[in-house]
Amino acid sequence: MTAHFLGDTTVLTGRSLRHITRSLDTIITTTFMPIAFLLLFVYVFGGAISTGMTSYVDYLLPGILIITIASGISYTAFRLFLDLKGGIFERFQSMPIARSSVLWAHVLTSLTANLMSVVVVVLVALLMGFRSGAGVLAWLAVAGILLLFTLALTWVAIIPGLTAKSADGASAFSYPLVFLPFISSAFVPTQTMPAPVRAFAENQPVTSIVDTIRNLLTQQPIGNDIWTALAWCVAILLAAYACAMAVFHRRTS
Amino acid sequence: MSADTAIHAEGLEKSYKALDVLRGVDFDVARGSIFALLGSNGAGKTTVVRILSTLIRPDAGLASVNGFDVATQAAQVRESFSLTGQFAAVDEILSGRENLVLVARLRHLADPGAVADDLLERFALTEAAGRRVSTYSGGMRRRLDIAMSLIGDPPVIFLDEPTTGLDPQGRIEVWQAVTRLAEQGTTVLLTTQYLEEAEQLADRIAILHRGRIIVDGTLAELKRLLPPATVEYVEKQPSLEEIFLAVIGDDAEDTGRGPDADARTTRKENR
Repeated sequence: MTAHFLGDTTVLTGRSLRHITRSLDTIITTTFMPIAFLLLFVYVFGGAISTGMTSYVDYLLPGILIITIASGISYTAFRLFLDLKGGIFERFQSMPIARSSVLWAHVLTSLTANLMSVVVVVLVALLMGFRSGAGVLAWLAVAGILLLFTLALTWVAIIPGLTAKSADGASAFSYPLVFLPFISSAFVPTQTMPAPVRAFAENQPVTSIVDTIRNLLTQQPIGNDIWTALAWCVAILLAAYACAMAVFHRRTS
Repeated sequence: MSADTAIHAEGLEKSYKALDVLRGVDFDVARGSIFALLGSNGAGKTTVVRILSTLIRPDAGLASVNGFDVATQAAQVRESFSLTGQFAAVDEILSGRENLVLVARLRHLADPGAVADDLLERFALTEAAGRRVSTYSGGMRRRLDIAMSLIGDPPVIFLDEPTTGLDPQGRIEVWQAVTRLAEQGTTVLLTTQYLEEAEQLADRIAILHRGRIIVDGTLAELKRLLPPATVEYVEKQPSLEEIFLAVIGDDAEDTGRGPDADARTTRKENR
């Protein structure tokens, strides 16, 4: 069975990538909300927010990218849910293929789709005046952190995708994830927040990820944030993967 | 269980929480035959199919497909059968041909394109091959669904309520496909709630009721369970189905779907 894992995953990923390319509206709608936030905060609220940086769009972009990914992965849950509901999931499960390749295909498709969304949002930010003097290595590090974050959240999304009773239920889980960046350093520096909120904001995963990406893009010292960010991503990934696999195996027994 | 047995079920039990869906199901299906599992909604037909197709595990009992145990040799079992579930499990966003190529690739066949084209031809879908499945009619989806199940020529096919929700023409198309399968030596296990369907197609019929097989035999054997027939003279009235098919008959010919009468007489002559 494992001999076929790579081949089967490739075939199934090709299938779900076609779903993306044939309904590019999912990419558009994924980027719609983050771009709206970007416009709203840069052109409406941004003037009143003091970040200590000259350009608010430079400050804001990392958090917006996190929101893009958090809303993007709800489509992964949705697509998986549709596969289960339509019966094609059972068809695949009843075939002589590596069983987990069905999930991995959705995961790889999620990475691709979110990467496309992130690129769209970055292009919009460039039009709005976002600039970075970061070198290739720093950009690669940013891409790596975003990919790891997407991978972790995608495995989180697999869980509702497998367990949801309705399409709405499958995608609703992402709302809190989209909201989380608001209580972090993504929009405003945490120093202005009341002590309990600040304590939460500074110790939740988004802040360390956002700070790391921002410092990479603005060529500031990164410090220990990157290790905290990576630790969060890996911890979420491992916990979500274990949970998703447990749900997956329970479904097939 | 002899070598001629393609499917064997023995004492299958399955319950969901307090609900006992299967309470000891036993049956055997001979190689190359059509076996109908007949029962009303909720009788447990789908649960039997799901156990045989390794999608769920029974709480108790043994089952084997093509000589392989569903519990311990699941991988070999999956090599041996194809499942057509209750709802046409096709990818709506892909075209008909892409659906077939997808399954052929997953079955690791050498020339997926040729396999797909051959099946499109056999199931009168060549014209619609490049169209997205979301534009297909219910009958076309079902045909595609069954075509997908034939890829790789599995020796056993499970058809779970293959004609539920189809119009009379679609149903006849499915019946013809099933008959052809059996002629080629494929073992077919079919679940249905339509008595007529079991009567038309099956070599052997088992009635599943409240989680148990209450009767199992050929149609002739089942008929003997009732008192001998008394002869009555009744005026032969055409059924509404016969009228419906006669009225729209020309269309059916054009799309490569044979008229109802042919399907029936062929089956009856076979017996």
